[in-house]
Amino acid sequence: MISLRGKVALVGAADSRVGIVPDLDANELCADAILLSLADAGIDKDQVDGLITCNSMSKPMLYHAEAMAEYLQIFPRYCFAAGAGGGTTFSILHHAASAIVTGMADIIVIAMADCLSSGLSREQSLLVQSSTGHPQFEQPYGPTVPAYYALIAHAHMAKFGTLPEHFAEIAVACRAHAIQNKTAQMRDPITVEDVLNSRMIADPLHLLDCSLVSDGGAAIVMTSAERAVDFPHPPIYLLGVGEGHSHEHISQAKSLTTSAARESSKQAYAMAGLGPKDMQFAQLYDCFTPTVLLELEDLGFCKKGEGGPFISSVGIGPDGSLPVNTHGGLLSHCHPGNPGSMFALTESIWQLRHSAGKRQVSNANVGLLHAQGGIMSSHTTLILGRDAS
Amino acid sequence: MNRIQPQVSGLSSEFFDGCNEGVLRLQHCKSCKAIQFYPRVFCKVCSGRNLDWVNASGKGNVASFTVVRKALTEGYKAPYIVALIDLKEGPRMMSNIVNCEPELVTVGVGVRVVFSAWSDTLSLPVFELSNEK
Ligand SMILES: [Zn+2]
Repeated sequence: MISLRGKVALVGAADSRVGIVPDLDANELCADAILLSLADAGIDKDQVDGLITCNSMSKPMLYHAEAMAEYLQIFPRYCFAAGAGGGTTFSILHHAASAIVTGMADIIVIAMADCLSSGLSREQSLLVQSSTGHPQFEQPYGPTVPAYYALIAHAHMAKFGTLPEHFAEIAVACRAHAIQNKTAQMRDPITVEDVLNSRMIADPLHLLDCSLVSDGGAAIVMTSAERAVDFPHPPIYLLGVGEGHSHEHISQAKSLTTSAARESSKQAYAMAGLGPKDMQFAQLYDCFTPTVLLELEDLGFCKKGEGGPFISSVGIGPDGSLPVNTHGGLLSHCHPGNPGSMFALTESIWQLRHSAGKRQVSNANVGLLHAQGGIMSSHTTLILGRDAS
Repeated sequence: MNRIQPQVSGLSSEFFDGCNEGVLRLQHCKSCKAIQFYPRVFCKVCSGRNLDWVNASGKGNVASFTVVRKALTEGYKAPYIVALIDLKEGPRMMSNIVNCEPELVTVGVGVRVVFSAWSDTLSLPVFELSNEK
């Protein structure tokens, strides 16, 4: 197998406006993010020969990437749209890296946006996201998206003694990061008590255990390590990547408490020649707080079952030993659905460029990013670094 | 507004016909004897294609559960319990736990199947607490 380690780099990154953006639809936001990312990379759109997107829920188009290329009047030789839920971003990045190494394209833009807040009613948004459930054997029983993750949370609590307080600490930490990020949708400080006192949505998940419903988009520009040095910003290199896909429907999961993040991270660590202790920060998919706790365990930051005590003792907020979701995550920065982890990616690029301003993690040289889609179904782990070797 | 209705397909009709007759039916592999749910065109254990159906005991235990406080659609009346049930025969299925206070449900508790009308023509399996472990 060809190792991708150090072979490709991220040379441009941009977020659109996020939160509530009523004046642009999902595809317009996507185009906006692409143009901003090209400006950040200092290149013209005609230099792009690869485009990968993810369809939106609020304004879907049958051939999304082709339609976006047409909108932008770019004519790539590599163009497709992918969809694997929240795991899409990093999975796409894996494909893009492979495409660059094999010569399918030289400069690839990855972009996605959606408007779950302004483009859909609250009810539509709830229903379209919960359609991840099995249409014959799950959906009839009325599971909402929080309910799927609540099943995971209860199983972890029963098996390992994890407490609602542990989940709440994750929401508090993400909010503490968001307070330092002026683009974040939610910036009022919260406490563990606030989380526990917020409305119960699906036991044991409270309102503040759940990610936001937002509009927003982001885009990145990627090229080979050789070309990357000619761009205005220091290139951020892909050091490791791996994927794991264990199921789609939660009732078919091999385990409710251990995910395929184990497999994806094992490959990423092996490729990078690094381990969890080498990471100065981690951006972990936080659609609901229990996801982060399972990921900390499955990615090897602590032992299985010890996620709760790990969060309490080590700390994942701005002052913790392992800052997690330095932009505020899906819980407090923004969550427009499938594009959600794009913001973890752009944030990581800024952290590794050392341009994250007030929320800069000191000596940030290597970071881990993890996203999952479905209901803890499809997992991709990335390791990014300032240096190619 | 109705609850979400499953679309009955050719392969799954044996399961849904069973529900209407008050029997929980599971797919059974004639080659390796594995019992599986949901129904597939092959045995997920030995990849054999020779499958028939067996009647399940309808007994199981709660693998996990949640109390949905904000309903999926107007067809559902919150609060309601969504659970994953480990059937005595092995397979896990999603269902509702009915006829009990949410506070009485715990991970591991014993349940037994009952059938609930989802439409004029279709019943689905749901579960009640049993006093068995
Ligand atoms: Zn078999």
